[in-house]
Amino acid sequence: MTTARAAAILLSKELRLEFRTRELLTTTIVFALIVIVLFSFAFNPTAEESRRYGPGLLWIAFLFAGSLMVNPSFAREQSNSTLDALRMAPISSFAILLGKMLANFIFLALSECILVPAFSVFYNVSLSGIVSRLILVLLLGTLGLVVTGTVFSAISAHARMRELLLPLLLLPILAPLLIAAVEATASLLTEQPALDRTWVSFLAGFDIVFLTASWLLCDYLIEE
Amino acid sequence: MKTRIALILAVAGLVIFAGYAALFIAPDEKTMHAIQRIFYFHVPSAISAFIAFFVVFIANTAYLVTRQSKWDWLGVAGAEVGVACCTVVLITGPIWARPVWGIWWTWDARLTSTFILWLLYVSYLILRGLLEDPQRRATLSAIFGIFAFLDVPLVYLSNRLWRTQHPQPVILGGENSGLAPGMGKVLLICWIAIVCVMIVLLIDRYCLERLRHEYEELRFEVESRAAAAESVKGAR
Amino acid sequence: MAASTTSASPLGISFDCVEKRFGSLVALRGISLKIQPGEFVALLGPNGAGKTTLLRIAARLVNPTSGQIHLTSGISATDAKHLIDMVGHSTLLYDELTATENLTLFAELYGLDDVLARVASALEACGLSSRAGSLVRTFSRGMRQRLSIARALLRGPRLLLLDEPAAGLDREGLVWFGATLARLRDDGCTVLMSTHARNESLDLASRAVSLVAGRIERDTGPGGDPRPLLATLRAEA
Repeated sequence: MTTARAAAILLSKELRLEFRTRELLTTTIVFALIVIVLFSFAFNPTAEESRRYGPGLLWIAFLFAGSLMVNPSFAREQSNSTLDALRMAPISSFAILLGKMLANFIFLALSECILVPAFSVFYNVSLSGIVSRLILVLLLGTLGLVVTGTVFSAISAHARMRELLLPLLLLPILAPLLIAAVEATASLLTEQPALDRTWVSFLAGFDIVFLTASWLLCDYLIEE
Repeated sequence: MKTRIALILAVAGLVIFAGYAALFIAPDEKTMHAIQRIFYFHVPSAISAFIAFFVVFIANTAYLVTRQSKWDWLGVAGAEVGVACCTVVLITGPIWARPVWGIWWTWDARLTSTFILWLLYVSYLILRGLLEDPQRRATLSAIFGIFAFLDVPLVYLSNRLWRTQHPQPVILGGENSGLAPGMGKVLLICWIAIVCVMIVLLIDRYCLERLRHEYEELRFEVESRAAAAESVKGAR
Repeated sequence: MAASTTSASPLGISFDCVEKRFGSLVALRGISLKIQPGEFVALLGPNGAGKTTLLRIAARLVNPTSGQIHLTSGISATDAKHLIDMVGHSTLLYDELTATENLTLFAELYGLDDVLARVASALEACGLSSRAGSLVRTFSRGMRQRLSIARALLRGPRLLLLDEPAAGLDREGLVWFGATLARLRDDGCTVLMSTHARNESLDLASRAVSLVAGRIERDTGPGGDPRPLLATLRAEA
């Protein structure tokens, strides 16, 4: 069984599980909205300031919400030891990891479809003319978050205090991604929006580095 | 044992000499005078932290490949020593910045990156503390350690790029700011001294971890023999 | 490549000086055991003796700290993944999926052909057809155990590892389970089943091995009579 096919089967399982309960999606979206609202109390932005602070706020909301959202990926497999059943199947460990990464990516992307318009409304930031470029930046940033987050979900599933541990592990690692994503988004929200090639390449590089590392280390990650 | 003591004494002597050199031999800096001397400890500590974290990376990779516990011991030793060196950097930075710039902290590229580096390896140590089974602890922390080390160049690069877009006062002048010849020599001495201290601490911490492991083995052996003796007695 | 269920040759497994430690806890010490293809081995011993660990090592879910595992038909570890399955302490099922969805998921992962028909017949065999569309979360313990066993049997494994499989099964389930085991044994499937109480399936056993504190205490051997050793088991409460 090829890795791609196995990952696709596992992805549809993850999607089916989530769409039956929708608990992850709703919690993630609501949590991110709370962060956005709280920021408005803390900073009381005018239109000019929201252009300056907006990108940072948006990505911090994604980072916080995202790092909580990836937590159940592997934790959920522990209650009935379902990971054992997956490991006994003739599929590669990378297929298991990839299926979950893809699922997390879709969930976070769906959340962003709601959060970005909400952000543009609350902070009076117009998205016209930059949508496709913004989507590229969002995609690359979300990918980096999801790749590292899913791996750390597997790591912290075995540890005590996993709900606190995962953000603790994840956020320092994502610091470069945060800088790059915020700068790339900011350059799209200026008077003359332009796609900042440096930062976009940096994001792509970040994604490639950690996706490769996940692929190389997945056997050690998934084993007992 | 004797070589250990001799080594420690030698390094101690080197450190005392380096301290003396930094405080008295090095020429006085033009604008900042005495406080600039912190530079002789700040920079070598940063380099030592990097070396320690590189050792952690090698140890993590070696553990995953060979599964020998000694690499795990080296990993935790390197991480602790590296965090200590990093802490020195983060403390000496502000001590220097305050009299010179009037502020305790500045988010310049190097200090920010070092802070993130510190956080990464503190997280590594916290992760280890929360994993109980030794084999799993070694494997999973090795994976995290590799990710953390891969992140290090990305952290420095992103901060550098970011700061060139938003310039801030640079704490210690660039790498290429000219050093008077006398300063260069003292810097070298301090660098050697601090790296030696780091190596000694690393070796000691490694040995401590190895002893801990041996103790656990022995204790368990004693306990299981006692339990076996009990059950034989009970059977009779 | 779909796994064939009938033409695979019988599978034996041997443990060669296997030791497993979890930190300072030694779960298994110096286990050397050779199980011939087609044998039905009852694994006995009190709780904590290491039975679960032994089974998990056989299932390749856990690597031994030292020692080797060999599969006696000389196949590679990757091919072995098609032929070995286990019923564990946990159900290995997704509570928020239906019975059909659970079995379909695993049938697809195992690369079986004719998934729909296989899943339907598996559900029929274990008596869960009427509840095929219900979430596993709504099942009783006995039903979950039946479904759990059905999953393990889905691809017709040649080596079946059972960790106290009768626990929680109701009377109907026990009857079905006994009949299924008998059929598997006749088909030449190698079975390693752990238990700490008597149940009817043990009558099928051709060999008994007892573990105490991680070591093999007694082994009636491939040609021996397991009944005296099995008789020492307490009756099921």
